[in-house]
Amino acid sequence: MLSSLGSAGGKSAKPSFVSYVTPEEIKSEKEPSRKEKHPDLLPGEVVFCSASTVLKYTQDDLSQRGVFGALLCTNFRVSFVSDEAPTEETGQLFKNKLYGENDIPLSCVDNIYGGYEDKKKLITGGLVKNKYPSKMIIHCKDLRVFQFSLSFSKEEDAKKIFQGIVHHCLEPKSLRCLFAFSYCENTSYPEVQRKKQTVMFDSVEDWIQDMKRTKGNCRVVSENSNFELSPKLPQFFIVPSNVSDEDLTKYQGKGLPMWCWSHHSGCALFKTASIPLVQEDNVPQTYMEKMLTAVAHNHLYSVKTEDLSDTLPAVQDILLSYNKFKQFFLIDNTTEFWMSDMKWFSSLDNCGWLDIIRQCLQKAVEVVECLEKENTNVLIMEEGGSDLCCVVSSLVQLMLDPYYRTLLGFQSLVQKEWVAGGHAFLDRSNHLHLKDKAESQSPVFLLFLECVWQLQQQHGPAFQFSETYLTVLSDSVHVPVFTTFLFNNDSHRDNILRAESPHTQRSPLNCPTVWDWSVQFDCKAQDLFTNPLYSEKPKQDTSVRKSYRPKHLRQLSLPSSAFKTPPKKGFFKDEADNLKKILGVKRLSRWMLSPSSESPQTSSSVREFYEAWQTKPLDYHGLLLPCLDGPSIRVWMQRYLRWIHDVQILGGGPVAMLSKVSEILGEVQELQRQLDRHGCTLTSNHKGARPRAKTASVIAARSSVRLSSSFPFVTSRNWLFKPAIPTSLLQSLMVTGMAGNLADREDDGGGPESLV
Amino acid sequence: MELLADCSLLPGEERIIDKDIIYICPFSGALKGKVFITNYRLYFKSADADPAVTLDVPLGAIGRVEKMGGASSRGENSYGLDITCKDMRNLRFALKQEGHSRRDIFDILFKYAFPLSHGLLLFAYLSQEKFEENGWSVYKPMEEFRRQGLPNDKWRVTFINANYELCDTYPTILVVPFKATEEDLRKVCTFRSRGRIPVLSWIHRENQAVICRCSQPLVGMSGKRNKDDERYLDLIREANGTAKLTIYDARPSVNAVANKATGGGYEGDDAYQNAELVFLDIHNIHVMRESLKKLKDIVYPNVEESHWLSSLESTHWLEHIKLVISGAIQVADKISGGNSVVVHCSDGWDRTAQLTSLAMLMLDSHYRTLRGFQVLLEKEWISFGHKFANRIGHGDKNHADQDRSPIFVQFIDCVWQMTKQFPTAFEFNERLLVTILDHLFSCRFGTFLFNCESARDTNELRSKTVSLWSLVNSDLSFYQNPFYTPESNRVLYPVASMRHLELWVTYYIRWNPRIRQQQQSPVEQRYIELLALRDEYLKKLEELQLSDSSPNSSHLSNSSTPNATSPTQHITHLHTPF
Repeated sequence: MLSSLGSAGGKSAKPSFVSYVTPEEIKSEKEPSRKEKHPDLLPGEVVFCSASTVLKYTQDDLSQRGVFGALLCTNFRVSFVSDEAPTEETGQLFKNKLYGENDIPLSCVDNIYGGYEDKKKLITGGLVKNKYPSKMIIHCKDLRVFQFSLSFSKEEDAKKIFQGIVHHCLEPKSLRCLFAFSYCENTSYPEVQRKKQTVMFDSVEDWIQDMKRTKGNCRVVSENSNFELSPKLPQFFIVPSNVSDEDLTKYQGKGLPMWCWSHHSGCALFKTASIPLVQEDNVPQTYMEKMLTAVAHNHLYSVKTEDLSDTLPAVQDILLSYNKFKQFFLIDNTTEFWMSDMKWFSSLDNCGWLDIIRQCLQKAVEVVECLEKENTNVLIMEEGGSDLCCVVSSLVQLMLDPYYRTLLGFQSLVQKEWVAGGHAFLDRSNHLHLKDKAESQSPVFLLFLECVWQLQQQHGPAFQFSETYLTVLSDSVHVPVFTTFLFNNDSHRDNILRAESPHTQRSPLNCPTVWDWSVQFDCKAQDLFTNPLYSEKPKQDTSVRKSYRPKHLRQLSLPSSAFKTPPKKGFFKDEADNLKKILGVKRLSRWMLSPSSESPQTSSSVREFYEAWQTKPLDYHGLLLPCLDGPSIRVWMQRYLRWIHDVQILGGGPVAMLSKVSEILGEVQELQRQLDRHGCTLTSNHKGARPRAKTASVIAARSSVRLSSSFPFVTSRNWLFKPAIPTSLLQSLMVTGMAGNLADREDDGGGPESLV
Repeated sequence: MELLADCSLLPGEERIIDKDIIYICPFSGALKGKVFITNYRLYFKSADADPAVTLDVPLGAIGRVEKMGGASSRGENSYGLDITCKDMRNLRFALKQEGHSRRDIFDILFKYAFPLSHGLLLFAYLSQEKFEENGWSVYKPMEEFRRQGLPNDKWRVTFINANYELCDTYPTILVVPFKATEEDLRKVCTFRSRGRIPVLSWIHRENQAVICRCSQPLVGMSGKRNKDDERYLDLIREANGTAKLTIYDARPSVNAVANKATGGGYEGDDAYQNAELVFLDIHNIHVMRESLKKLKDIVYPNVEESHWLSSLESTHWLEHIKLVISGAIQVADKISGGNSVVVHCSDGWDRTAQLTSLAMLMLDSHYRTLRGFQVLLEKEWISFGHKFANRIGHGDKNHADQDRSPIFVQFIDCVWQMTKQFPTAFEFNERLLVTILDHLFSCRFGTFLFNCESARDTNELRSKTVSLWSLVNSDLSFYQNPFYTPESNRVLYPVASMRHLELWVTYYIRWNPRIRQQQQSPVEQRYIELLALRDEYLKKLEELQLSDSSPNSSHLSNSSTPNATSPTQHITHLHTPF
């Protein structure tokens, strides 16, 4: 490895110069002149700086072993290019086309630490004043940990690369500097025919279609297609039919009930951004009452409201909890890992992340109960209306509507509730490292995926997409290429894409969305997104279901809610008075408090609801509820443990079982094809043999790699491994506090043996 | 009478009493119904709940029966019986507060749940069950040693213990170093606690490294030495040219030191120069008993709600599991590296059995089969004298006996953890493990009765009782893991990290109706469905091709090709989705 120290290769061809790079970046880009190698650059990617003879430590052990290579920083990523000849990568099936295992997209960098001898110091940006650290440790948002030694490089290079990486990863930047823009300008990205794909909810038709699908009966608003009503409102949305034109523009869309989903009983789920209630001003209250009435009018004059700001953790608390949680997985070395293993369960408990997941799921179950059991409309609200409202409303729909458990359905759900729903992806991820946005950073979308994972873990066969799909989706948030995650709302997206368009007069810049999976993965890899346990609903069932829902059903399922009153005139007046009182104390919450607060009544109601559901036979294409008991809420092993060498179960893990299911599934599908072919070409005698050849070759390719619990993210290369033997075991047992010092006693405390 | 219709009695089972009673169910409240007590079980069926709630508890699972409340107790359902079970549940029954209504049932329960304390026979001796298979023939020591390639030129079989004269808690057939004479064995015997000398448990076919098991040396306060013992251990080392013999002392070192006070101890460096001693820090039976008790407190009747994980951690149960598994990993790793090991704790019948059998399970794929696992249990646990009678307290009323401890339950939990981490490596399924634990207590079979072989012989166990393996082997498919993919010669190293260890919910919390008890895991169900579908399609395809009236018979063989590519052929495959 060291032999390559002095070999300065020829100057590689400079990447094409692109005009949007800021002047300061052009300067830094010109300086590194002795580049030896660089990764295969993507269209629009430029190298800012690089250093050679950087040592990348092998992640999985304490020894100072590693690989030499060049470290680069481009406008897309930090990249390490090994000096060693690329070995034939077996089983590199799950290769991301945008970045490799030694690449870190800039937005994926979470923290950078400087290593000084024994100390580790968090780098917060700016110029490192004193000594440059000899070691650079990068923690990634996808939980990878990289450690580089800079002490073998030229001091000048080391400084430059360190400063460069710190600058490009941590310093504030403008949205236009994100890689997506240069990438998209330089790729002729073909417009995908979206018809057969994910419903994007960027047209009025998509909304109408979804409302029709759920048999909703609300008003579709298309007046905001050019953001004339308000830039804060989505381009298209649906409100209760009683909402008037002038209601739409009041309070910039705050307080406006946005339709999410209609239950087959006719009641529906709405969400809204709550209006801050000012004591002296009565206007918002009157408006709010009117909106509530409009929601109530949708079905049986009943509505329940829930202010999520009061009952679920704030976005800042979510961030704090997650920051504690993720530390358990960002492991620098083996010793540290085994140390943290001792107190694993209590640490997990103390960071509260699993409890936040549980609370969100519980809230969703409560809403489901209202819709399903009581058939009452539900309006969830929070400040902004686009964080926990999105979490809860999407979860409710996943539990109630099997369509959203298909892959395309799920993607459509994310489009509807999160993208069109105006979740501030840009602010929440703070890709731009803006100091004034630091407060608004929060992994709300990840929290949602965590909840989905719990559901999927408990009811595997109900979901068409796999755990791997969710993990990859959670990673993709930090790949700054997809328009899905780059903006705060519809008008923001529209403005920027139009402004960045190369053809100023015409269509906006054409960028891929995250759902264009072929940008990241080839077809084979995408196969891993589907869950082999999923069995599609038998076709005939849908027709049965349609006819099974006669109109009179609505009358049969009378609500038991307190809001139920005969539809006579004057009711709404009373109702409004009632509401006014409630609004006066600013507690709209009619039925729930968080499980932690003293409300045994409601949490036991949820439990009863769950138990009643549980006694019925489980229908994977029907209502799904999660079990919320302690042992049932678990850590998303694949996402969090995949890079930690010591916990990889070689040849084991759930994948060992799932791969066998896929295997048989493949065979069954192949047989099905053969049968079909037979059906069509019964007259031809010469088919038969062909599929066999194909199967055989597939099998040959299969047997070479053995899977581990980290599959498909890490493929094990050598099988002659030593087992991980836990260290620091003795200290871990705190039996000293035990009464009577049992630990000191003899196993069989003397006495004659009693043989029966 | 008709209530009992759905509970068919076992041959030899007799009804003793039935009574109207109220079962205070912790999940659905007070339930009126009828209880039946036989000489084998307690059976309850609710009268009016829908669906009916039933209880079917073998009396052997009962650890303690107490009267609750008195004739003058106030409050509804405050007078009755409180039953503590050995299988992680408690039962409460209420009766009418009149005419000593509970006296007869209490007396009968007390008598039949603890037959040995009342001069009665355990049910296993009364059972008239017949099975197709004879489970007592599952384990034949000589056959098992022969399977391992023994005896050979370094290891010999000795019958010195044929009459249990050398060691009354060891089996009759032992394998010892070829160079050790019977006289040597007798001398070593004096220096090992309860005469449990180091003997071979398992030998690695290729590198000839061995796992030997024994009890602690009788070093005592004065630090006694025994030349014969020292030489004997060196013979073990020599047998495959191991440079340094590794002695794994399962205990924490402080305990090993403390044992010197009572005459025990550990192998000192000076005396055993060619050996290295490693302490594995596994705690004793009392610590384990308290740990499981704490676990029961947080899962029964209701799962602790606030701070579940911290509560779980405070029981230390999984931490103990972690220590046992990582100890076994170290043993297996040493053996794989070609070094022989000796494993002991104090007496060599609790922790030692856990370590040797788990290591063997990691090293030898034979023990991962259904029958191989039975052999493993018969050999390492039953024949080598794990004190089942004392640890479980079969038929004994003394519920507070300090000798009781869930060591075997803990071992089965470790096995479960391994099956969880390697879902395709074991031929048996979770059902087998639960069945084993159920009958560990039930006293329906002779398998887990008594402390050692000599006691079993005296009590004519094998001729008078039925083996659990008779039941299991008569219905093997019920205990089969459909995902099983045999891979011989593969060493399985589970990950002994808390990250991967999980509470065995389907055993410890199985009485809680909210923990969904699925007959089959959805993955298993789906797999079996697909297998059936594949067979159906294959058949159809064959029929189609037959009716094609193909002139060439080779077409037929083509059509059956997918059958040949059955799951065992391609062990892994990456190309289909999951």
